[in-house]
Amino acid sequence: MSDKMMAADGRPLKASLNRALRRQKLRALALIAPLLLFIVITFVMPIADMLFRSVENEIVSETLPRTTIALQEWDESSATPPGEPVFAALYTDMALATEYKTHTRLGSRLNYEMTGISSLFRKSGRGVGKFDTDVYTKAFQDSNAAYADPAQWASWMADETVRGQLPMTADAYDAWAAMLISEEGDVPAEETPWDFVFTALYLEASAGATLPVDVDVSSVEPVSLMAQFEKIDEDWADPEVWRTIKIYSPRYTNGYFLNSVDLMKGADGIEERPENEQIYITLFVRTMIMSLSIMGMCVLLGYPIAWILANLPSRTANLLMILVLLPFWTSLLVRTSAWKVLLQQEGVINDILVWIGLVADDNRLQMINNQTGTIIAMTHILLPFMILPLYSVMKTIPPSYLRAAKSLGATDWTAFWRVYFPQSVPGIGAGCILVFILSIGYYITPELVGGTKGVFISNRIAYHISSSLNWGLAAALGTILLVIVMLLYWVYDKIVGIDNVKLGG
Amino acid sequence: MKTTMKLMATSCLTLTASMAFADGHMANEMTIVSWGGAYSASQQNAYHAPYMEKTGINIINDESSSEAVAKLRAMNEAGNVTWDLVDVEAADAIRLCDEGLAVEIDADEVLAAAPDGTSATDDFGASLISDCFIPQIVFSTTFGYRTDMVPAGTEPPKGACDVFDLAKYPGKRSLNRNPIANMEWALLCDGVAYADVYDLLETEEGQARAFAKLDTIKDQTIWWTAGAETPQLLADGEIFMGSTYNGRLFSVIAEQGQPVGMAWDWQMFDLDGWVIPSGLSDDRMARVLDYVNFATDTQRLADQAKYISYGPARASSAPLVGDHATLGIPMAPHMPTDPANAENTFYNNYTWWADYRDDLDAKFQAWLSK
Amino acid sequence: MSGLPPYASTGQRVWYYSFRVICGLIFFFLIAPIMVIVPLSFNAQDFFTFTPEMLSFDPAGYSTKHYQDFFTNSDWQLALSNSLKIAPVATLLSVSLGTLAAIGLSQSHVPFRRAIMAVLISPMIVPLIISATGMYFFYSNPYIPTPFGKIELPFTLTGTYWGVVLAHAALGIPFVIITVTATLVGFDQSLTRAAANMGANPVTTFFRVQMPLILPGVVSGGLFAFITSFDEVVVVLFVGSAGQKTLPWQMFTGLREQISPTILAVATLLIAISIVLLFVVELLRRRSERLRGMSPS
Repeated sequence: MSDKMMAADGRPLKASLNRALRRQKLRALALIAPLLLFIVITFVMPIADMLFRSVENEIVSETLPRTTIALQEWDESSATPPGEPVFAALYTDMALATEYKTHTRLGSRLNYEMTGISSLFRKSGRGVGKFDTDVYTKAFQDSNAAYADPAQWASWMADETVRGQLPMTADAYDAWAAMLISEEGDVPAEETPWDFVFTALYLEASAGATLPVDVDVSSVEPVSLMAQFEKIDEDWADPEVWRTIKIYSPRYTNGYFLNSVDLMKGADGIEERPENEQIYITLFVRTMIMSLSIMGMCVLLGYPIAWILANLPSRTANLLMILVLLPFWTSLLVRTSAWKVLLQQEGVINDILVWIGLVADDNRLQMINNQTGTIIAMTHILLPFMILPLYSVMKTIPPSYLRAAKSLGATDWTAFWRVYFPQSVPGIGAGCILVFILSIGYYITPELVGGTKGVFISNRIAYHISSSLNWGLAAALGTILLVIVMLLYWVYDKIVGIDNVKLGG
Repeated sequence: MKTTMKLMATSCLTLTASMAFADGHMANEMTIVSWGGAYSASQQNAYHAPYMEKTGINIINDESSSEAVAKLRAMNEAGNVTWDLVDVEAADAIRLCDEGLAVEIDADEVLAAAPDGTSATDDFGASLISDCFIPQIVFSTTFGYRTDMVPAGTEPPKGACDVFDLAKYPGKRSLNRNPIANMEWALLCDGVAYADVYDLLETEEGQARAFAKLDTIKDQTIWWTAGAETPQLLADGEIFMGSTYNGRLFSVIAEQGQPVGMAWDWQMFDLDGWVIPSGLSDDRMARVLDYVNFATDTQRLADQAKYISYGPARASSAPLVGDHATLGIPMAPHMPTDPANAENTFYNNYTWWADYRDDLDAKFQAWLSK
Repeated sequence: MSGLPPYASTGQRVWYYSFRVICGLIFFFLIAPIMVIVPLSFNAQDFFTFTPEMLSFDPAGYSTKHYQDFFTNSDWQLALSNSLKIAPVATLLSVSLGTLAAIGLSQSHVPFRRAIMAVLISPMIVPLIISATGMYFFYSNPYIPTPFGKIELPFTLTGTYWGVVLAHAALGIPFVIITVTATLVGFDQSLTRAAANMGANPVTTFFRVQMPLILPGVVSGGLFAFITSFDEVVVVLFVGSAGQKTLPWQMFTGLREQISPTILAVATLLIAISIVLLFVVELLRRRSERLRGMSPS
């Protein structure tokens, strides 16, 4: 007799069961796949794309490629600005960036790190075309007409030996030609190269390189590019500017993350921001504390409501449920405005209190534009998210348990605290996490009723996205916030399990 | 399962197909972005309606100006600019220009000369603050106060410095929740000469001094973020005086009949105007330039002032400003540029703020949250 | 709680009544803003203020002009029609995909169940402002990442109808997943087996057996998804453009640019509609209870 059990179709039962299981798994996955794909494309990828901006920093090395390489030699802790070669590289980069109109964009990027760089780059963009380096161009072209011939230039620059002898000139020419084609729509072989190409040529010639057509330019007085840049703005002589450029030249940076925890990159490593600029830690802590208070308020107010809804006859309970759901379905903006009308000093609540005589007319309560206002309005907005899961959990607790406890001699309080409450804890957990997660991401309500001490970190994220355009910092702040939420979600899943949330219905 | 799959496949196909065709820009349409509310209405009446009638081009209003800077940047990154013309404040115009998101224009080439032949550059004068900016109106951030809350026997407040005088004018104030204008007023009202304000603000001491001055009223101040907040607070009697845009105050006083007065002294002059997004195709660009030329000529700019109390950015438009379109009252006395109102005015230094905005904003927010 | 027993002590009586008063106060807290919104929407002035005329019930203090404004102003009408075009389609998308996935998730052997659940719930847990900007960047320039680099798609989603619909559908999905999986926990799997035994194919089984029973979960999930889209302002501000201006967007510009009680009139109308909707849900729920009562379990 065979020791294997056979299925009806003659296959071994084990294999048959395995096949069935596999088919079941596949079917389940096939059902889930469309949604999973949908969420990944419409939601997960956008979020990932956004978070990537918190470390991306290609703008510096893309706008100033030669300068960032030349700066590697320079010691960022030195008290003097870098030397002439760096300024020569900056000249080429800046001349090109001005044509591509990327210099001001880099200026605003670096201005986040050091105040004043924005206008330094704007001014330099205007001034870089007016440098005295035209004497080089003139000297070469006067000595030999070949240097004024665009076609001649093009053929030189196609020649490998010339390129090998004049690497810097070739590099400057290539960049110039590419810029000419893309920005001006001109043909390089029909245009004389600009001053910065001749400057590179002069620098290489005076360093002893062999020229395609030998000319003597030793009589030309060298133009100090450092002096030219300093003439535009003396900030170019400030080593602090160069330090900023060098520190932020790598393609990826942790600078935004440091910034979002009130730190910054200094000359010798990471240092604290000046005290009067520290704000993000305070805001993170405040967001946490406020969200916790809102959560606490929601438990306090939501628990009795959920209890009464769960224990009343279902017809009454369903009517009362409408009172819970109505505000939930009223526009958030409208509810926030309504709270303003209610809470302000000349508002409805104060008026009533004065009318009753509880509060003196000249001493009205300050309930809005502070943390109280935010907590009241947010508690109201998020309360349904606490009541609904609590209610669905309480619905499953048989009332007979309480009666049993009491008939065994427990007081009302003991029966509640030792028997009922422990069973409602999953509901509290679900509600708490839901409320907490939702509240740390809110920003419109705190913005409208929060005053100075009631704003959340999301308000700053929104500011950096829509006003200051510092998207890297916004992304870094967002990433930190997201990590906190994920941690909470993980804890929640551990304690309650994500399946145990019920939203009414 | 098969049916579902088929359904899904079909809907996916339709989805992609409709997305691919959804965005064809109509040949005869132009999307103009502005602020919404009464301001958009004034532009609709003064510019859009006559232009549509003249050319047959359909103008679509998009009320996204408050999100314009961020949206333009994302459109630019995506290489798909759907806006043709955007209304922004001068400070944002500088930022957009710096980021390469707005097109630089030659004012004399693009804009019409004044009727008397004065070139556009001279006619617009100082309001051409950036190469990308096409000025439209001069507005000011100034103060309104409740006339019925002025203490008995005291003269009503005249302007910005009365905000800091808690002894004379007790009560709550409202100020904009950002450093621009507030820092300047703080120094000015602390006795710094007008000419020295920005130089001083560059220094740590100057900033500390401004914050110290603001500290004196900090706990009596409600900080607003939207221009509609101060009018509402004034109407509620929630504040004694507060800053907002002068057009909003005009509407509160003249249109809503609230007991509110204007305090013009040291009003902060500001500009609002058009920028053309970069990345437009040639024919769209040509159409936009034609519109801009039409909408910024001397007569149109003066026409806008019929509907809203902002001053035209052209010198030659000022004498043409007439009466309010529905109320019938003369508009000139309500213009920030009216000599009676403009005795002491503060000119916002945009280029300075382009440098210091990030830094001072961080400090300002840190100060607020203390 | 169903009533006070006749043998209750004085302390119990006091607690019983004071507890009801406390609950009454909390219910009052919940609807207090609505009680402000409705009368203010009839304000004769253009502010959110109770004028002295209103407080003395002078008819001159009241007017229906804000309702007239809503029904005659083309901006509001456009916003309303946009909201009505966007929310149902977004809801349909999230409900159809969400219900399928929820059924998949409720099978007994699902690999990576936790991870999949976390991904599907993520639109609810990511702060809205982050979602909005992320979607904005990505929808402007959508691409498919492959191991060999990005494949850029030749269209953009920002400022299009489908962009807003997709974004709102994504935001609504967690609600559908949560409610439908919750209903399926109580679903008796032997019913589908019984149907299969009697020769029904899976599609018939789904529509004739499973669907009627999980309908309440699907409907309430759908309503949550609908409200998410109908009341959403942050994402639509970023992803949409003038052509997709929804009611909350119009309200948002209204609050920023020119405070007008038209917003309150709209809210009042929406509250009225909500009440109708809630009654519909309640009726559906009672119907499903009847159906459930008949099912063998």
